[in-house]
Amino acid sequence: MIHDFGLVWLDRELLLTGLGNTVLLSVLAGFCALALGALLSTVLMNRSRFIAIPGQAFVDTMRCTPFLLFAYIVYYGLPSLGVNFDNWGAGLAALIVYHTAYMAEILRGAWAAQPRAPIEAGMAFGYSGLRMFRRIVLPPLMLSAGPVVGNQVIQIVKDSAFLTIIALPELTHAASSIQSRRYIPFAAFIAAVLLYWAICLVVEAGVAAVGRMAEARR
Amino acid sequence: MSSADVLAIFSGALTTLLLSACGIALGLPIGLGMAVTRWARVPVLSQIVAVYVSLLRATPLVTLLLLLFFALPNVGIPVGPISAGVIALTLNTSAFNCEVWRASLMDFPKEQIEAAQSVGMRRGLRFRRVVMPQIVRTSLPGLINEMSLLIKVTPVLAVVGVVDITRAAVRIGAETYEPLPPFFVAIAIYLPIVYALVSLQRWVERRHVRLEAAA
Repeated sequence: MIHDFGLVWLDRELLLTGLGNTVLLSVLAGFCALALGALLSTVLMNRSRFIAIPGQAFVDTMRCTPFLLFAYIVYYGLPSLGVNFDNWGAGLAALIVYHTAYMAEILRGAWAAQPRAPIEAGMAFGYSGLRMFRRIVLPPLMLSAGPVVGNQVIQIVKDSAFLTIIALPELTHAASSIQSRRYIPFAAFIAAVLLYWAICLVVEAGVAAVGRMAEARR
Repeated sequence: MSSADVLAIFSGALTTLLLSACGIALGLPIGLGMAVTRWARVPVLSQIVAVYVSLLRATPLVTLLLLLFFALPNVGIPVGPISAGVIALTLNTSAFNCEVWRASLMDFPKEQIEAAQSVGMRRGLRFRRVVMPQIVRTSLPGLINEMSLLIKVTPVLAVVGVVDITRAAVRIGAETYEPLPPFFVAIAIYLPIVYALVSLQRWVERRHVRLEAAA
């Protein structure tokens, strides 16, 4: 057993490249999904139903679709629409679009629970439109939605593992190649699992820091 | 894509549903057992459960499934795609269920337990007649939410060769050189199933709020 982990250590470069790719994918997808989700949440909260309902339909469809099938559709479907992506582009696009829906729904929920008073005060001071959203609505929203957004980021990390099916060289893919090269399934995949755990612990620590910030500003 | 192909995807759906049902049926009581272990602060075991839950919640199902599928035969436990799939789903969902059960147990009012003690109820009876009926009600929305999450990760089973919805769709796509139609059929099967669970969860939540307000 120790010997097997020694073999994984020999392939550490492959595993660390996989880890780097998983982190890179998750960070990029996390930031883009959060930013797009914030924009989409303004659509969901729109007073006009003609704008809100299509947005809600998109969000509900994504929330009822398995990510793996969605990734397949993006990977195989976009080329037939004339958009040519490599597996990186397709994987990243799938992660971003899918999780934008979840982020938007999280922010919508937090927004609906916000007190009206600061918004009315903002109006009194002449804020409106995007400036109102960016300066008055968004900051407390991000603080109060912090823990749930953190959970969603962990979900993104875990969903990025699905991208091994479109041969994206992320962490699970790296573990698979080590296992098939040296036939040490237990050591290879346990190493990957421990690295995923480490990523999640880092995210959780970040969420706790945001929580303390929110507490201090209250 | 012929009608026989659509039928093949539907028969894959049966496998998907059956395996999900197995995972849910096994994962619920195991999760409850682990939650009670932590709630009762059983020494050593409770720490093991805490680490197990933290680790399993961070592990992607694909990685867990590949680990079980390739590593268990190595240590002399023969597993096929189906059994590896059921074990992976169960391990995964039990960790999440444990957290849902545990949250309800932690919120459970202490006075009720003391009241039950004062009328001489023993521990087993107390748990069965006082604690259990109430935590089932408070946990239900969270547990249904976890079921819908479980169904959404089942396409992973295709990776090790379970002939489920996704595997059938991939095969048909490869045969007809038109990958999109079978995937849309697959999604069309998943949508109503997950949507039904999500609606059920919302309904249970609203009913719970109403009952609380009435009480």
